Amino acid sequence: MAKIVAVTGNEAVANALRQVDPDVCAAYPITPQTDMMQRFAGFVSDGKVKSELILVESEHSSMSACVGASAAGGRVVTATSSQGLALMWEILFIASGTRLPIVMPVVNRALSAPLNIHGDHSDAMGARDSGWIQLWSENAQEAYDNTIQAFRVAEHMDIRLPVMICLDGFIISHSIERIEYLEDEEVKLFVGEFKQLNPLLDMEHPVSYGPLILPDYYMEYRKAQDEVESKVAKLVLDVADDFAKMSGRRYGLFETYRLDDAEIGLVILNSAAGTSKDVVDEFRNRGIKAGLLKPRLYRPFPYKEVGEAMKHLKAVCVLDRADAFGGSYGPLFIDIATSLYPYREKPILINKIYGLGGRDYLPEHAEIVLKELVDVAASGTVGSVKEYIGVRE
Amino acid sequence: MKLKGWKDVTPGAVILDAGNAAEFKTGSWRSFKPIWLEENCIQCLFCWLYCPDMAIKAKDGKRAEFDYDYCKGCGVCALECPGKKGKKAIVMVEEGK
Repeated sequence: MAKIVAVTGNEAVANALRQVDPDVCAAYPITPQTDMMQRFAGFVSDGKVKSELILVESEHSSMSACVGASAAGGRVVTATSSQGLALMWEILFIASGTRLPIVMPVVNRALSAPLNIHGDHSDAMGARDSGWIQLWSENAQEAYDNTIQAFRVAEHMDIRLPVMICLDGFIISHSIERIEYLEDEEVKLFVGEFKQLNPLLDMEHPVSYGPLILPDYYMEYRKAQDEVESKVAKLVLDVADDFAKMSGRRYGLFETYRLDDAEIGLVILNSAAGTSKDVVDEFRNRGIKAGLLKPRLYRPFPYKEVGEAMKHLKAVCVLDRADAFGGSYGPLFIDIATSLYPYREKPILINKIYGLGGRDYLPEHAEIVLKELVDVAASGTVGSVKEYIGVRE
Repeated sequence: MKLKGWKDVTPGAVILDAGNAAEFKTGSWRSFKPIWLEENCIQCLFCWLYCPDMAIKAKDGKRAEFDYDYCKGCGVCALECPGKKGKKAIVMVEEGK
């Protein structure tokens, strides 16, 4: 029996972590994640979870403690944002390369400099090739649901990879929304008992973690890791099926919105997708065949599936809430372009950078973009492929 | 030894067979070689205790010869050796001299 509550995204994810009751949580506070870990620390103090909470002196240390605790054989969580994720960078690769199923909500926030505490996707995009699985969430409900599913994905014996759950800073982390909570028992049954793989604390079977691997073997370990990545998408769908049976809420690798018969389309991650869907509806009401695709499993990126879902469109705008500096396009644009590359007939692509550092993304922005797509689809020509929107001249 | 392919390596490069350092001979790394001078040895076995690998053999509680297959020439044994009457029982000699 679902319980309907009005809570913030941080509160919802903290509650998911309480329901899972992990063995260890090593955390360091950073805006806008702070309130999530503060709530979890409250659960520890109040005896609502049996988790050991390790308060560390930095995010480099929190991820290091997670690596140690996970190798030791525990179910391990942490959470971070922005600079905290950046400081973890070195250890992110150690967690994934060592195949440790750590689960980490990332409350997306801009990166310094200039210093900014508000929501954009620069932090998680910077870690997109770190070997972590990334699940992105439009709203608090999705962040809660993704967090619970993340444990099943991370801990599967064929996968054993760490997972980030991305949710937009402040817009989702601090706004109160209507959420359906699952029962504690349902969540416990869904995630199941944690199963260890080669735990360091098994004294009967001593093992070594973190060896030096020289040129004679390094590529074999990398190829093995790449192969594991190729199994993730199917598992994410299997777990989503089980989750749908329990909750009634269905998830895929990505969400399509009025896309099947669309001629123009938007691709957009997280909270701004909700705003965009309303504007897509307005265009549909005017008889314009607009649609939308919102990625959920962003890493490993389901190139084939996304390409199949979008190849019929005439013109597509990929909206990035992060730029990839270096004369390049936004990170999401690069992935969408790659997914469409194999097709002879494919949509014309444009890229808009929006909402950096918490700049509001408004319906009028989606409207400007969709209008441009109508022109691009009609004329077959593009002015500038990449542009910033919602920026002053 | 035939090298394993990517399908046969352990997840996360975790080493499952404890004590497998015995399979890896590292003596070729050495540029200085320890020499045991038995006449100066008081059988304290400090060298055996301090050696970070297994390059010093002991038999029946007594110092035995070096196993140079595992000696990287770090010199800890020579440093820790108390010797006898001011004379070291282990000295380091440059390889190839």
